[in-house]
Amino acid sequence: MKKFAVAATLAAALMCSAAPQAAELEVTHWWTSGGESAAVAEFARLFDATGNKWVDSALAGSGSGANPVIISRILGGNPMGATQMNTGRDAEELIKAGLIRDLTDVAKEEGWADIIADPKLLEACTYDGKIYCVPVNIHSWHWLWLSDKAYKNAGLETPKDWNEYVASFPALREKGIIPFGLAAGWPLNGIPGVLLADVGGPDLYLKVNQDHDAEAVRGPEFRKVAEAWAAIRDVVDPAEVVPQFADVANQIIAGEAAGNIHGDWIQGEFALAGAIPGTDYECLPGLGLSNRIEGGGDAFYFPKLPDGTAQDVLDAQVTLAKLLVSPEAQVAFNLKKGSMPIRTDIDMSGANDCMKKAIEILKGPDGLLPSGEVLNSSDTQQQLEDLNQEFFADKSYPIDDYIEAYAQIIENAD
Amino acid sequence: MTEAQSLHGATALERTRPPGLLYNLFVRNISAKIAASPMVAIVLIVFVGCTLWTIWFSFTDSRALPNGAFVGFDQYERLFNTRRWRISATNLLTYGMFSLVFTMVVGFVLAVLMDQRIRFEDGFRTIFLYPFALSGIVTGLVWQWIMNPTLGLQSTMRGLGWTNFTFDWITNTDMVLYALLIAGLWHGTGFVMVLMLAGLRSVDGEIWKAARVDGIPTWRTYIQIVLPMMRGVIVTTLVIVCSGIVRTYDLVVALTNGGPGLSSEVPAKYVINYMFAAGNLGQALAASTVMLLTVFVLLIPWFIVEFGPKKHV
Repeated sequence: MKKFAVAATLAAALMCSAAPQAAELEVTHWWTSGGESAAVAEFARLFDATGNKWVDSALAGSGSGANPVIISRILGGNPMGATQMNTGRDAEELIKAGLIRDLTDVAKEEGWADIIADPKLLEACTYDGKIYCVPVNIHSWHWLWLSDKAYKNAGLETPKDWNEYVASFPALREKGIIPFGLAAGWPLNGIPGVLLADVGGPDLYLKVNQDHDAEAVRGPEFRKVAEAWAAIRDVVDPAEVVPQFADVANQIIAGEAAGNIHGDWIQGEFALAGAIPGTDYECLPGLGLSNRIEGGGDAFYFPKLPDGTAQDVLDAQVTLAKLLVSPEAQVAFNLKKGSMPIRTDIDMSGANDCMKKAIEILKGPDGLLPSGEVLNSSDTQQQLEDLNQEFFADKSYPIDDYIEAYAQIIENAD
Repeated sequence: MTEAQSLHGATALERTRPPGLLYNLFVRNISAKIAASPMVAIVLIVFVGCTLWTIWFSFTDSRALPNGAFVGFDQYERLFNTRRWRISATNLLTYGMFSLVFTMVVGFVLAVLMDQRIRFEDGFRTIFLYPFALSGIVTGLVWQWIMNPTLGLQSTMRGLGWTNFTFDWITNTDMVLYALLIAGLWHGTGFVMVLMLAGLRSVDGEIWKAARVDGIPTWRTYIQIVLPMMRGVIVTTLVIVCSGIVRTYDLVVALTNGGPGLSSEVPAKYVINYMFAAGNLGQALAASTVMLLTVFVLLIPWFIVEFGPKKHV
């Protein structure tokens, strides 16, 4: 199968580019954990098979640490051949400054608009009607992970949605089980957005993030979201917070913690521990409340290379862009990564139960909710993050003050 | 003969006339000026130039790139209405005051103890100075492990049998600043001690003999005679310690990353966050301009006292 995939890609590459020449292309990304680097190695393997050379340049520090490094390298006139980068306003600024290669012709030639499952993925890459990046997968934060073992030990039924889960907090505490496993630092920042879209509903989510409607924030629907957020805050004991999200995954598998809201990449850790969805852990997309989840993809950008760059390097950029979307690469990459593929016309029989639930959602009529990273500038995101951090750390912070502060940020959002 | 005389007379005349401004500026000590010119150029272009650039762009609405339009004091208005900034400033003030007082006092006391002609002085000096050789990141990380309740001291002590032992300062919003202070003091005190010790050693031995003859107790000699004589060293130390406090950043990032919540945020972290993560140059530069102004407000009075016109005694 693997040999066939290589051969197929090789053949495809030979057909696509008239004169394939070996060119070195530096690719930066921040996929450094075990499952992630195994996934990116699939891209590298397939790219090398086209006769080019993938020069891997992995940056530490995840999106928040590596993305700024990548941006400043491009701004500083030292662009790489291709790079993973967050779609959103920062990328827009680079595009405006003319530093990113326009891929519209490649996209037309390959018919990306027809292949890619959700039009929003390509929209995130589009600026002024032109396409500047290649979506490679879909990730979502909107998952409630529950430990079957913890609930069995506590003598309780595993909850079917968020409300049942919150109701089980006191009983879990009594049995000495941590109700909500939490890792220090950034894992906290993803949770409020999940609550907004799933507890508050897609309409509220769009009103707040897309229309920047501050009155919606002051309304009764948002209060439910704030209360859900406060419920997590009040049940988490700061002394129980563990250093890494992988530790939370282990707590859930061991039955020490009952549940957690985290992105789908935590599945890589579950898989590493040999856990199977349905028997060891449960996954509830949209917290079991909503079937329209927010999804953001990882995307690759191709910076404009300086004048005088050899033509074969420029061709290699196009070859890589085509390859990232190809069925072979999509299957190989996403199976390792634990994320959803960007196209639904490929064979995903290797995917587990959770991922199959996700693909069903992806096939649904409304599609994905646009991600908060696309709708809000990183300035607004930072302000919301600051507010959420403060609210979460201070158990005496009143919900009313939180709502008002949130409303003010949304009022001034851009 | 006459020629030599007139030559001599000319130089004498030259000497009585005050040298011109241009002469003073360009010709006098010409070699020293040439040697210093790269440094002067760097100061003018890099420090003064970039400072002016920073101040100018703090009045614009620049986002990720410095290309915004002039918006007056909008960024400053937003800055002072931001809770995170106000928390950061208060934190720095609290941390700074404690840090300043403790490093100076503890550093001086350690130096005095060292000064008692003790054995293995070199060894002790190395031990106390050693933390200073570590970067703030390393210091922060080490103390984070020590103070982390689930990994460090607390769990060790509980493992040994003291099940009620609690040391959770870095997860406690009220105490986290003091956790920071412990790490900061551990890092910086040794350096202050060495500077102070150098100051103590520079005091003339005759003074000590005179004080002993007069029957003044040792502690009084230190406080009332030696300390005032060390003024230069103390001022230098103060400036070094203060500038270290204002730019506190790496220690916080490694130890708490501003948490829990915003309870250990510092201004430098706000600047870096809003410049890179939030991509809001205008806001970040406004914050750094405020930091610069604060330093000036502290430094200018000292500058006037130290370098201003000397009073005649």
